[in-house]
Amino acid sequence: MVAPVWYVGLSAVLFTIGVVGVLVRRNPLVIFMSIELMLNAANLAFVAFGRIHGSAAGQVIVFFVMTVAAAEVAVGLAIIVAIFRARQRINVDDLSLMRW
Amino acid sequence: MAWAPFLVIALAAVASAVGVVLRRNPLHAALYLVTNLFCVAVLYLLQRAEFLALAQVIVYAGAIMVLFLFAIMLLIPGRTETGPDPLRAARRLAVPVAGAFGLALVLVAARTGGSGAAPGPVGVAALGRLLFTDYLFPFEVTSVLLLAALVGALVLAKRTPS
Repeated sequence: MVAPVWYVGLSAVLFTIGVVGVLVRRNPLVIFMSIELMLNAANLAFVAFGRIHGSAAGQVIVFFVMTVAAAEVAVGLAIIVAIFRARQRINVDDLSLMRW
Repeated sequence: MAWAPFLVIALAAVASAVGVVLRRNPLHAALYLVTNLFCVAVLYLLQRAEFLALAQVIVYAGAIMVLFLFAIMLLIPGRTETGPDPLRAARRLAVPVAGAFGLALVLVAARTGGSGAAPGPVGVAALGRLLFTDYLFPFEVTSVLLLAALVGALVLAKRTPS
């Protein structure tokens, strides 16, 4: 099997791509997908760290992260749909009502 | 010999992740994200995490992506991200900043020192034993979280009678 450190490096690359997506894109749906990319990268790192320490605990944490991601997507998409209904447009830069 | 599958899948994962960020049409981005999720599932398989690979396909590529596609269809793609961008300069700046962040992350990852895997319990049996002994309380709290998310999404999506 390939050494865990390579998996950690790959997860760092994937996480960075997700960061670029969140910073650059304007569509909240694509920003959400980029957040999913970052969550997946973190999961991959967790599995690799679990292998380094010879423990299944890393996989348990990934299981919990998946659950939280599912809950987050359900609530987040509901919020986006509600905003779209109220404003008829979904550009994140227009939604500055609660900005300080 | 063990390198070939990892390299192929890693390249596919990075390429599809770039596709998610670059494609203008959110529908295309969603399809690239499905590809990426499958690649990560295969990477779990390569690390002997069979349960996680299956859960990844069922939960992410199945349930979450259906939610995403449903929201995209509901919100009518194609009208977003057109027209002049008032924050263009800031977005240009975001790429090198994220690049520096990524470089730092890779350097830290290279220092984790995981050149070899420690022997330990692997497989679904070890995972299940840990989940229902040491992590039983977080596991139960998870069900409450899912219920809260379910009720919250319902309340948010319900049309208010006016």
